Amino acid sequence: MELRAIHERCSGCGVCKLACALENYREVNPSKALLRIEGRFPAPGDYRVHLCTQCGECAEVCPVEAITPDEDGIYRIDEATCTECGTCFETCPHGVIMVGKTSAVPSKCILCGECARACPRGAIQLVETEEKEGV
Amino acid sequence: MPYGYAGKVLRIDLSTGSVTTEPLSEELTERFIGGRGFVAKTMFDEIPAGVDPYSKDNRFVIASGPLSGHFLPASGKTHFGTKSPATGGYADSNMGGHFGPALKYAGYDMMVLTGCAESPSYLFIDDDRVEIRSADAYWGQGSLVVEKQMKEDLGEDFQVLTIGPAGENRVRFACISHDFGRQAGRTGVGAVLGSKNIKAIAVRGTGSLPVFDVDAAFAAGKAAFQQVYTKPGFTGWTPEGTAGITDWTNEVGVFPTRNFQTSHSDHYKAINGQEILKQIKITDKGCYCCPTPCGKYGKAVTAMGSAYMEGPEYETIALFGGSCLLETIHEVAYANYLCDELGLDTISGGAVVSWAIECLEKGILTEEQTGRPLAFGDLETVDYLLRKIAARDGIGDLLAEGVKIASEKIGGGSDRFAIHVKGLEWTGYESRNAPSMMLAYMTADVGAHHNRAWVLGHDVAGSATNVHDLITAGGKGEKLPKAPVTEDSADFVIESQNTRPLFDALGVCRLQFMELGFEPENYEKLFYVITGKMLSWQEMLKVSERIWQLTRAFSAREIAPFGRHLDFPPPRFYTEPVPSGPNAGHHVTREEVDTLLDWYYQKRGWTDQGVPTRETLEQAGLPEIADALEAAGLYS
Repeated sequence: MELRAIHERCSGCGVCKLACALENYREVNPSKALLRIEGRFPAPGDYRVHLCTQCGECAEVCPVEAITPDEDGIYRIDEATCTECGTCFETCPHGVIMVGKTSAVPSKCILCGECARACPRGAIQLVETEEKEGV
Repeated sequence: MPYGYAGKVLRIDLSTGSVTTEPLSEELTERFIGGRGFVAKTMFDEIPAGVDPYSKDNRFVIASGPLSGHFLPASGKTHFGTKSPATGGYADSNMGGHFGPALKYAGYDMMVLTGCAESPSYLFIDDDRVEIRSADAYWGQGSLVVEKQMKEDLGEDFQVLTIGPAGENRVRFACISHDFGRQAGRTGVGAVLGSKNIKAIAVRGTGSLPVFDVDAAFAAGKAAFQQVYTKPGFTGWTPEGTAGITDWTNEVGVFPTRNFQTSHSDHYKAINGQEILKQIKITDKGCYCCPTPCGKYGKAVTAMGSAYMEGPEYETIALFGGSCLLETIHEVAYANYLCDELGLDTISGGAVVSWAIECLEKGILTEEQTGRPLAFGDLETVDYLLRKIAARDGIGDLLAEGVKIASEKIGGGSDRFAIHVKGLEWTGYESRNAPSMMLAYMTADVGAHHNRAWVLGHDVAGSATNVHDLITAGGKGEKLPKAPVTEDSADFVIESQNTRPLFDALGVCRLQFMELGFEPENYEKLFYVITGKMLSWQEMLKVSERIWQLTRAFSAREIAPFGRHLDFPPPRFYTEPVPSGPNAGHHVTREEVDTLLDWYYQKRGWTDQGVPTRETLEQAGLPEIADALEAAGLYS
C-alpha cells in the first residue's frame, strides 16, 4: 500500500494532519502530524500535499541503520538505535520526517492511512502499490 | 484546566509592553461557553463606559471556542470584539481560516489587547514566547502582500492576520485579513487594531488541547464528518459555496441593486456561482477542518488589472455586482481583491461606493467634490473610490466614515438612501417585502448584518429550512404578493438570533447547519466528549440568549441617546416601493416597522425603547449587568 496525493483536490483544511496526530499520538495537536500541506498563495493559488512515499531514502542515509523496512515495506524508526543525528530529517525529499520540540528522536509515517480516511475530498488516497505503478 | 479549552488568557498592554497570562476562568466557560460569549463579557466588564472606540482604553478581544481546533467539521472559527467605530456600540466579527486553532495550540483561548503601541508594531506569538515587534517593514502595505512577506520572514507554519492601509487610516469599515482571503470584515475591527498601531498578529502553536475522552472524541468527530457527507448539500452546495445563492436571491427579488433602489439585477447570471467556476476558480480553499469549503480561490482579469484573490462570496457579489452593478464576475472579483488588499470590508465597501454614486446622480455630491464622474456598473469608479477611502484622501475621507456619518455630514436627504442600521451598512438581502428578514436586520446586535438571523426561508418559503433546500427549490421570478406582517416574524427572528450566534460561541462554523442541514443536536455529543460537560442544545441556546441580552446591554450603556430609533431601517425601505422585479410595488410601512419592533421587544423582555429590563437580565443569569445598567441610569 502507498499514500497518493491528488493535489488539485486539496482545500487546505488540514483535517488530515489532525487525524494523523490523533491516530498516532492520541493528541489534538496537528504540529505533530507526519505529513505537510503547503499553501502556495497568492500565486499560483493552490495546495501541495507532502506525504511519505516509503521511498526509503531515510534508511539509506541513516548512519546506524535505525530505519528499516518491515515485511510490508513500511520504514520504521527504532528509537533505541537512533542517535538523533538528524540526517534522515534533513534528507527526506518530502520534508515529512518530523522532530518534536521536546524530543530529538524523529518520527515518520507508518502508513496507518488515517489521513486518507479523514480527507473529505479524496485528496489523499491509500492505494495498492501495484495500482499506483500502473497509473 | 477545563477540557476542550487551551486553558489560558493572554493579556497584552500595548502602552507598557506588559505581557501576562492568567488561567481561563471556569465561571466564564460555564456562563458564556467561549468565542462570542467570552468577547461580550470581557468587553462589558473591561471597556470603560463611554470611551472613544479609538481610545487606548478600548479593548480588542480575540477568542476561540471550546470546539475550535478539535476534530469535527469546520472547527476553525475565531471571534473578534471591540467597541465599534462604525456604531459606537457592541461590535464583533467572526473569521474562519486557521488562526483561532493556532492560538489555541499556542495555549490561549482568549487574547485581550489594551493600550496603544508607541509605533507601528506586530505581535509575535510562538507558544509561550510573546513579543511586540516593530512593523516598520510592513506598515503602509496591503494585507495580502504583508501576509506573504511575514510568512517568508517567520515561517510557513505561522498563521498571520493583518490589517491593510484602511485599518491604519481608521476607515470605519476596515477589516482584518487572514489566510489570503478570510476576513473578519464587519464593524470596523480592523480600524481599532490600526488605532492601536498593530499591523499584524502572527501565531504558531505546537501544543496539545486537553480532551475529556480522546478516543470518544476522535470517533464522534469521524461520525460527524460521515454525517455531513450524507447531506445533499455536501455535493450540491459545496461546489459554488455561498455564491450559489445568487440566482435564487434574484428570482425571489431580494438582491440589492443600484444602492438598494431595486431588488433584482438583469445580469445576475453573469455574476453567479457558475461563472466563478467557469471563469475564475483555481482551487477550493477551506477553513480549518472544513469538509465543505465555500472559499473559491482564483484569478480576476480586468481592464483595470489582474489579481489572485479568494472569492467573491455571495455578499461581495451582492454589493459589488448588485449594488454597484459591476457587470462581470471578473470585475466583481477584482473589486473583491481591492478590498482584501486595502483592508476594507467588501460589504460596507460596496454599500458606501454605491451610496456615493447615487449621491452624485441626485446632485447631493458634485463632481468637484468626488474628483471625477462616478457611475454604476463602472469598475474605474469602484477602483478609484476604494483607493481614496483606504487612504482617506479627498472624497475618501468622507466615505471612510461609512454611510451613516457621511450622510449626516453632507445632508441633502442622503440619509434616506444611506442603507444601514445603527451605522453598519446593510448586507446582501434587500428586505422591503421580507418582513422577518427586515426585523432581523433591524435588531442584529452589531447593526445591519445577516449573520445573526437569516430568516428569508420564513419570508419566502414559509418555514425554516436550510439554504441548499431553498436554492434547489428555486425562485420563480414571478411577481409576488405583498408579504403579510405577522407576529411570528419576531419569533422566527429570536429563534434564529439565539441559534446562529451560538456557533460563534462554540467556535465552529454555522454553515454545516445552515447551508447543509447538519443537525445542531450533534454538537451535544461532540461537546460532551471534548469538554466532559453535559449540555443539551436547549441549554446551550439559553447561554446564547444570555449573550444576546449582554450585547444589547453593552450597546445600551455605550450609545447615547439609546432607543428604538437605532433599530429603524433606512427611510427608503419604508417609503419607496420596490420599482421593479418580483417584489415591484411593495415596501413595509413605517407603522409595520414599529409594530414589528413592539412584538420583538415584548418577546425579548425589553422596554419600549429596547432596553433589557432588570427582570429580563436576572432571568438570563445576568444580575451584575442589570446593576450596571441601573448605575448607568438606564432604569431611571
